[in-house]
Amino acid sequence: MIEKTPPELSLDALKSGDRDEFARLVDVYSVPIYRLAIKMLGDQQDAEDMLQNTFLNAFKHIRSFEERSSLATWLYRIAANEALMMIRKQRPETTLTDTSLEDDEGEDYSPVQFVDWCCLPEDELLSSESRSRLDQAIQRLPERLRIVFILRDLEGLSIEETSQALDLSQTAVKTRLLRARLNLREQLSSYYGERLQDRSKQK
Amino acid sequence: MIESAECKSLLESLSDYVDGTLSEELCEEIQRHIDECQNCHIVVDTMRKTVYLYHATANEPADVPPNVRDRLFRSLNLENYLKY
Repeated sequence: MIEKTPPELSLDALKSGDRDEFARLVDVYSVPIYRLAIKMLGDQQDAEDMLQNTFLNAFKHIRSFEERSSLATWLYRIAANEALMMIRKQRPETTLTDTSLEDDEGEDYSPVQFVDWCCLPEDELLSSESRSRLDQAIQRLPERLRIVFILRDLEGLSIEETSQALDLSQTAVKTRLLRARLNLREQLSSYYGERLQDRSKQK
Repeated sequence: MIESAECKSLLESLSDYVDGTLSEELCEEIQRHIDECQNCHIVVDTMRKTVYLYHATANEPADVPPNVRDRLFRSLNLENYLKY
């Protein structure tokens, strides 16, 4: 999550090509952008490429930044586009016509798992194995849901900021966020449900 | 399992409910429903926990690995600004 009060960056300096200021921009935003890259792509090399491309693009286009959103949201927008482009390029050609990015209908998100795993102790819920399962679950989300979940729930953007970063209506952001969370809840219910069974067998 | 109209309407408000952004009136409605519907009760609790777990781990990784940072600054011709 980007700190709410990053050191003030001068847009005028950035737009005039001031390298000191651009280095500060990279310092402030490289961590959140790298985190988004890792969670979105799940691969370190891809994440590094995405990180570099994001700042190269930011550098190239900063002069045309119209300040309709905050600088952070603008950077997230570049990063999100970069990530989605990389994912689409990597997809086999046969599915390139996939319209899943635009299609919000036709899928059933009703809960099917009703195991109450909330009673598991915190150290088990957040063990290193559990943490990697949390990451894997994000990877299994369709990318149109994944990017919304990462921006909103992990990076802490508001619904409005997420809609600006992704060029989506706020209603679409809310719908996708709910579907992402429902999907993750199902996945975590399978995993923690098994942990719960293991514990009861041990007793 | 989630079949009644009440269960379905809970599902639509679930995000707002766990985020605490739902009106008091709707919150009370949901509370009344989950007092009677065991499955929805579990869905609400595990959804809340799901969101909590992701918020708790949202800051990971907390840094860009030094070699990645190094290559980033070099790719942007900013190597003079690398601080260690």
